[in-house]
Amino acid sequence: MLRGLLPALSLALVLIAIAWLNPRAISYFGFNLMLNLAIPIALATIAQMFVIAGNELDLSIGTFVGFVGCVTATWLRDAPLIGIVVLLGSIAVYALLGALIHLRNLPSIVVTLGMSFVWQGLAILVLPKPGGKAPDWLLSILSFKPPYIPFPILAALIIAAIVHFGLMRTSYGVILRGSGGNAAALRRAGWSLLRTKIVLFALTGLFGVLSGMALIGITTSADANIGNGYTLLSIAGVILGGGEFVGGRVSPIGAVLGALTLALAASPLLTFMHIPPDWQVAANGAILIIVLAARVLISRRER
Amino acid sequence: MKKLLVLSVFAAMLASGTALADTSGKKIAFSNNYAGNSWRQAMLDSYGIVTKKAVEDKVVAAADVFTTADKEVPTQAAQVQNLILQGYDAIVINAASPDALNGAIKQACDAGIVVVSFDGIVTEPCAYRVVVDFKDMGKQEVEQMAKFQPKGGNLLEIRGLAGTSIDDAIHAGILEGVAAHPEFKIVGSVTGDWDQTTAQKAVATILPSLPDVVGIVDQGGDGYGAAQAFAAAKKPRPTIIMGNRQDELKWWKEQKEKDGYKTWSASIAPGVSTLAFWVAQQVLDGRKDIPHDLLVPYLAFTQDDFEAALPKIKEGGVATHEYTQEEAIAAIKANIK
Repeated sequence: MLRGLLPALSLALVLIAIAWLNPRAISYFGFNLMLNLAIPIALATIAQMFVIAGNELDLSIGTFVGFVGCVTATWLRDAPLIGIVVLLGSIAVYALLGALIHLRNLPSIVVTLGMSFVWQGLAILVLPKPGGKAPDWLLSILSFKPPYIPFPILAALIIAAIVHFGLMRTSYGVILRGSGGNAAALRRAGWSLLRTKIVLFALTGLFGVLSGMALIGITTSADANIGNGYTLLSIAGVILGGGEFVGGRVSPIGAVLGALTLALAASPLLTFMHIPPDWQVAANGAILIIVLAARVLISRRER
Repeated sequence: MKKLLVLSVFAAMLASGTALADTSGKKIAFSNNYAGNSWRQAMLDSYGIVTKKAVEDKVVAAADVFTTADKEVPTQAAQVQNLILQGYDAIVINAASPDALNGAIKQACDAGIVVVSFDGIVTEPCAYRVVVDFKDMGKQEVEQMAKFQPKGGNLLEIRGLAGTSIDDAIHAGILEGVAAHPEFKIVGSVTGDWDQTTAQKAVATILPSLPDVVGIVDQGGDGYGAAQAFAAAKKPRPTIIMGNRQDELKWWKEQKEKDGYKTWSASIAPGVSTLAFWVAQQVLDGRKDIPHDLLVPYLAFTQDDFEAALPKIKEGGVATHEYTQEEAIAAIKANIK
């Protein structure tokens, strides 16, 4: 029980710390500013969660988000049709990677590490110098100001609800998680493991695309290196949200909460604490370790 | 407590007298995306020295420095947003990307915050930009070269980090200079990444295929490496333009003592961070006449004055210049036409 509550608990703890350090931040305006960059992180974390559900790891999600960002800021604005085709094509590449990993029984870490350089290279080809501009419709979606609830919180709720329903409440969602939990049993029951792997990787590609688009909608302009930090953030988000590296044990709601916690702990909390500049970089790492260590300690006590 | 603060504010106002609006209650933040090389360290040092004094003198209430953990755009965008929430009145920024931070910069402007960018500038129109005239620096290199090598001849060019606006501007200036001085011809070009080791390797690789060169035009941080490469190949030493690094000026001094070697040195001073700080302070002071694009001179040394500057530079460091408020006001004035 505690295990399921843990992601929400750590988020609450970080929020309390922020409220104590800077009460002004706990407001409609404050949440908008602190959390809007958490939307792309949450989407990237969900993307990572799908591969982790299948006992794999995606080391290319960060550069993939950067590539999508470059396409969004250039082709999707100037030639929407080409942009859409390229983005759909990149999801297809993800699906093919899933098939390749399954058929040749390759370690996903190696394949996706290789792909991370491919995406990075393509991003630089699309956008050799920082620049470009997000399409106007994307900008207006991301700057939407709903009444009462700040947009980032609304977006997080919607993302968590949709993925939770799809992965935890539908019968094919059970199969997808089962491919990571007990592949042998699934195969004996007649399910195609090739298909589950393809679906999981395609979903990762889909959410990677959404993450890149959301990121550019917020920053308004792109840079080939813009997503590089997302690879590790997304993995940490899944684990913090109660996921495990093996066994198909993941939680979409936890992953979204984990991403929000990381986004808050790494940046606003650190800025509000007034740490001397020489120590800021180290403090950022320390907060990550403390948050993740707390999760491991509590889930161990449960067993 | 509050009363005391108000009183001291009044006292400061009476004491200074000259200010249009008082800035002693204003807080200025510095958002920095990277601190991992000697230039950036010198930049932070200069900034720390000047702002510490400004806070002690009650010119501003606070001047805090925030460095991001990685060199990445989203991290710095988030940092700028947090600084907005923190209630800072101005943000001085060395940005990770000229364009990709514009969203966050716009939010800061909309919240009434003054944004001043330098070195890594931002293109969002509402922000101020403190820019060094790199193009003129490149052109001046060739002009100076013409003084040392009046007969002209072949030149080797060392480029900086590919894809950056700085490399682009210096290169354009050099081309312009060569066009004005047809006696010079660029016979080779290598990438030195503003780094002595990289430059040395690159120059050593191209040397065997080059005709005799009389001079090297470069971008700073690469002159000493080039000199080493020529020495290792036992080739005659050309006129190498220097870039204000301590090792470069030291080598120049040794050569000058040996046989009167002549050259010229120029680079952007890391202390330009302090100019950005004063620009922010002046805008907060209520000045409306400051142009959003401020061009500032680069820091140059000639045959006569480089030896005086050398002892002041830290081992492995870069020559710098910290702006006082008066100098900053003069620099702003030079930009108002």
